[in-house]
Amino acid sequence: MNTRALPLYATIAIFLLAWLVFWLQFPTVLSTRVIGNLLTDNAYLGIVAVGMTLVILSGGIDLSVGAVIAFSGVFIAVMLRDTGLHPLVVFAMLLALTTAFGAAMGFLIDRLAMPAFIVTLAGMFLARGAAYILSIDSVPIQHPFYQSLQSAYWLMPGRGRLTLIGVLMVLTFVLGMVIAHRTRFGASVYALGGGEATARLMGVRQGRTIVMVYAFSGAMAGLSGIVFSIYTGSGYSLATVGTELTAIAAVVIGGTLLTGGSGYMFGTFIGVLTMGLIQTYIVFDGSLSSWWTKIVIGILLLAFILLQKGIMKLSDLRLARQAR
Amino acid sequence: MLLTIRSLDKRFPGTRALDGVDFDLRAGEVHALLGENGAGKSTLIKCLTGAYRRDGGEIRLEGAAIDPRSTVEAQDLGIGTVYQEVNLLPNLTVAQNLMFGREPRRFGLIDARAMRWQARAMLADYGLDLDVERDLGSYPVAIRQIVAIARAVALSGKVLILDEPTASLDAREVGMVFDVVRGLRDRGLGIVFVSHFLDQVFQLTDRITVLRNGRKVVTEETRGLDRMRLIRHMLGRELEAETADRAARDRGSRPAMLEFRGMGRPGLIEPFDLEIAQGEVAGLAGLLGSGRTESAELLFGLRGARTGEARDQSGPLQLRSPRAAIAAGFGFAPEDRKTDGIVADLSVRENIALGLQARRGWARPIARAERNRLADDYIRRLDIRTSGREKPVGELSGGNQQKVVLARWLAMNPRFLILDEPTRGIDVGAHAEILRLIRELTEQGMSLMVISSEIDELIAVSDRVIVLRDRRHVAQLAGEEITGDRIMRAIAATDAADSGEAA
Repeated sequence: MNTRALPLYATIAIFLLAWLVFWLQFPTVLSTRVIGNLLTDNAYLGIVAVGMTLVILSGGIDLSVGAVIAFSGVFIAVMLRDTGLHPLVVFAMLLALTTAFGAAMGFLIDRLAMPAFIVTLAGMFLARGAAYILSIDSVPIQHPFYQSLQSAYWLMPGRGRLTLIGVLMVLTFVLGMVIAHRTRFGASVYALGGGEATARLMGVRQGRTIVMVYAFSGAMAGLSGIVFSIYTGSGYSLATVGTELTAIAAVVIGGTLLTGGSGYMFGTFIGVLTMGLIQTYIVFDGSLSSWWTKIVIGILLLAFILLQKGIMKLSDLRLARQAR
Repeated sequence: MLLTIRSLDKRFPGTRALDGVDFDLRAGEVHALLGENGAGKSTLIKCLTGAYRRDGGEIRLEGAAIDPRSTVEAQDLGIGTVYQEVNLLPNLTVAQNLMFGREPRRFGLIDARAMRWQARAMLADYGLDLDVERDLGSYPVAIRQIVAIARAVALSGKVLILDEPTASLDAREVGMVFDVVRGLRDRGLGIVFVSHFLDQVFQLTDRITVLRNGRKVVTEETRGLDRMRLIRHMLGRELEAETADRAARDRGSRPAMLEFRGMGRPGLIEPFDLEIAQGEVAGLAGLLGSGRTESAELLFGLRGARTGEARDQSGPLQLRSPRAAIAAGFGFAPEDRKTDGIVADLSVRENIALGLQARRGWARPIARAERNRLADDYIRRLDIRTSGREKPVGELSGGNQQKVVLARWLAMNPRFLILDEPTRGIDVGAHAEILRLIRELTEQGMSLMVISSEIDELIAVSDRVIVLRDRRHVAQLAGEEITGDRIMRAIAATDAADSGEAA
């Protein structure tokens, strides 16, 4: 068995265990309603986490995504309020914009050999500032097309609602899996995360790959912004503060190595659902403060970082024993 | 001739790394490329693989002139390289590593099954049957090395350059890699083998080319070459060139000031004993990779010794870290002074005061006036050529940088100072000054250990020379025994000759 997959199995095991504990206390948790809500409520987080997974796999980090989501919401709301454009046209403009924004950050990271942390931190302030310039108030979205998007769902057996944005998240994860695990671009991303110098020796086009990674993350942040605006029905420049950190947490809980080169897209999916499950539990319980979510996530994060260290030690030991 | 290189030149600011080097490689031979540090081996290889652009000369592959601009281009031309360590990615599977960049695809997506199948077929040629779906990092280094060779051959297929491929392998694993290399030779590849393990060179190669100081010294058939001659070529020293410099250096035997017993660390250096008397210079001789620097690192606590003990007249010494070693009165001027010795952006004054300040602790800063006095004092005493004490050390010449490193240690007044290649890369004038300085220090009662590839230098300064080979201390010469001939004989002797036990 590959030791690299161990964190993924651990993630899945923890998720199932949490669900089991939850179910023993509240049997309704297995209903399709809860599952439908889990997907819907975490749709924007899941989509942005797909982009973040790829970025972290490449050995980088993208701190701008939370601000880009907020900017997207404000951009859409203001455009729909002030122009007569159809929402689909606005979506296309927005995606082009955020993708270009991500690509520009990737270009700077590669060309200036700057740490991704700094460049995307600057990007975060820039996007948040741009959102403020567009509007400092919460702008409601009242387009008939939006209402039909919001009410689009399939009724699952048991009266659970599988919403459009929930499905969109699942589709995004499928797309992410294909890109990460089944394309040469994905292989290049893993290679860069494993070691830049070696990756270059093996023929990875470093600059192109890095630009594409951040462009992809920017596109995912834009898509997440669209989903968030459908979810909340408004655009607000103060929304989704700290979402980039939540997304990073989901990626790490999903078993991806924060230093890059090792992890699975599917793990991030489970990571997002685990975090959503904790939140749902707190809502069900009713007596717990919602800050418990943060505490549990903090503990989980710590546990996973320790687990990964432990696994690395373990495989080193195994190698040493083989060598003897 | 598969590959011909004629009068290759490569210059770096201040040095000529390659100076009119010729090199020929036949199809179906293993050709060793040998030389000490700075001889130009890696520069030559980098020119071949496109990592460097040459400044002059000609490279022909199968008769056609080539000029690779990147490793990928060199690969496409047919020149593949396997380095000592950074070859492949441990976080990808064996199959991904083998097929990287050439993955079989169906409908634009990677066809995992075909990739597995092709990877297995590639490894079958080398007699390896691995689970190609497992991460490369979960396999031992020898397997990784063979996978790297398989990839390089599949990508290039004419010339294979092996740059110290066996440095981290044990004897059985070396055998495995050698079988693979011999198989490739029989398939008609031209193989360039760089190694500093002479046993392996004699075991594997058909011809040997020796470089020294950027020039080609000789190319000969391995069979017709004996070790002694080879080492003389590598170290560049003729027997008649005995130095008359060692007049009246023997001042009788002195009591040991420091005693090391059984100091060793598995995989790094075998346990050795060493005694250092007050005011004595112990020289360490040996080829590159023989364990000279490793011995020094062990004594200075840079790498913890797993076995052995150190003591002085007053009792045992703890040498668990450089900090502990400094507290015991040790000093160490490392080989690579640019990265390990100086802080290039700090001034001469700051560099000199650094060690002393570190020992005093941050809470008791050395007064500004005192630091100035210290710096001026050493600039004068060691004759450091600088426009002033505030000049950044990185802007000084190599010899003056070395003097600053020395000044830093002297300011701390150690009793035992280790100098690793103190004269590397510095000009002749500064060279002589450093040797003079070494003598002065010993007259003041300081003990030194000097590591050097220059045998003449060791002869000139040492009271005692310890010879290392294959990570072992194999001989000790004192007084009249210290001659170039004796040292080289000790380096050249085979293991069988002095221990009867195979490595």
